[in-house]
Amino acid sequence: MALWITFWGTRGSIPVSLDCAAVRDKLVSAIVSASGKGLDTQEKARAWVDTELDFSVSHTFGGNSACVQLDAGDGDYVLCDLGSGVRAFGNHVFKRDGPTKKNTFHVFQSHMHWDHIMGFPFFGPAYVPGNTIRIYGCHSNIEQALRRQQDPPSFPVPFESLAATIEFVTLQPGRSYDIAGWSVTGRLQSHSGDSYGYRFVRDGRVIVYSTDSEHRLDVPDEVEGAATFFADADLVIFDAMYSLAEAVSVKEDWGHSSNVVAVELCQLANVKHLVLFHHEPANNDERIAQIWRETLRYEEISRSGPELRVSAAYDGMEIEL
Amino acid sequence: MQVSQERYADALVLTPVGRMDNSTTDALRADLNAYVAACSKGGDRLVLDFSKVDYISSVGLRVLMLAAKKVREQDGLIVVAALQPVVREIFEISRFNLVFQCFGTVREALGKVSANALAAYDSARGA
Repeated sequence: MALWITFWGTRGSIPVSLDCAAVRDKLVSAIVSASGKGLDTQEKARAWVDTELDFSVSHTFGGNSACVQLDAGDGDYVLCDLGSGVRAFGNHVFKRDGPTKKNTFHVFQSHMHWDHIMGFPFFGPAYVPGNTIRIYGCHSNIEQALRRQQDPPSFPVPFESLAATIEFVTLQPGRSYDIAGWSVTGRLQSHSGDSYGYRFVRDGRVIVYSTDSEHRLDVPDEVEGAATFFADADLVIFDAMYSLAEAVSVKEDWGHSSNVVAVELCQLANVKHLVLFHHEPANNDERIAQIWRETLRYEEISRSGPELRVSAAYDGMEIEL
Repeated sequence: MQVSQERYADALVLTPVGRMDNSTTDALRADLNAYVAACSKGGDRLVLDFSKVDYISSVGLRVLMLAAKKVREQDGLIVVAALQPVVREIFEISRFNLVFQCFGTVREALGKVSANALAAYDSARGA
């Protein structure tokens, strides 16, 4: 059975969007690149854009905050985090299932910082009676955080008005749970107010969602703990918000990590595919693409075993396992 | 990790050898600490000669960052020289090239940190 991972939101800290100048710059770059290519039909132009033009020009990494869907194609929806990307996911559900189908959503919360919960008031299925939304996490105050962001004067619709059945389930880190066909284990991570990563196992395949986590590779216990949690994963979704220089200097203890540490930890843990996630909102598409290329190169330099595949997450990206 | 040193007037050139990774950084940290303590305003200037370092991991880079922080607090001066191409790439990927001034050769680095040190370096080589 195929497993699908869809990234609905990949940005860290705060949603961002392309502005006029960025769109104009992309158009100018594309037009110059297309010069002399004879792209005189839609089909030719589309094929050239998809295969020849640099991703950072032809696309955007997007700007929604964290929301990732795990899909085994068997009914219930499974999500990680309720950042602004969950709004797009909700629209997708309406489009796919229509407005009347009753669904169950299982949501795993890394933590309750605003960028990870801000999409929930705009999650359409929460307003549909008959839907069930079950929110899991290792924090005990998830319900409080979600209710508070809809309290006056912050939002016009109080949490109590949401028509779906909304339930909260507190998990113990380090303990495995069978939920919606997945075996799920949480792990405490270093982040202000704590965050939790989740290791999902299904049909022998392993997906780790580990965002908002600072890693200290000079602390042996930390390295061993993270490597065990990531061990032999098919896919690790990793907070690579900062450069290493930032993460060990001015932004030390800010609770995020780097692309360099991502590669080293995943190589140590024998991970197959690393996805760079929680992109710095100050970085434009060109800069994220550069970080991705540099990460590919660092993986090559530091490799001593099998090749680690490296991707940079973008809103709308789908990965099949 | 083996670290050799040479003095040129008021500058020390430290030359680590091999890989800077988890298995070697404890020794590197211990070696650097003594030199870093003396690297202050009016004290020794430090040049890290990377010509014999063929790889540096995040842990090795963190040791360098701690040294740079300490030196900055003491108003000292620490620079890097003679990075091998792969290590230069790692400095760029990690943005450590924005933390350290990097010079192509030890001589260039000494010329930046101290005229007396450069003169002593050239004199030692019969220049």
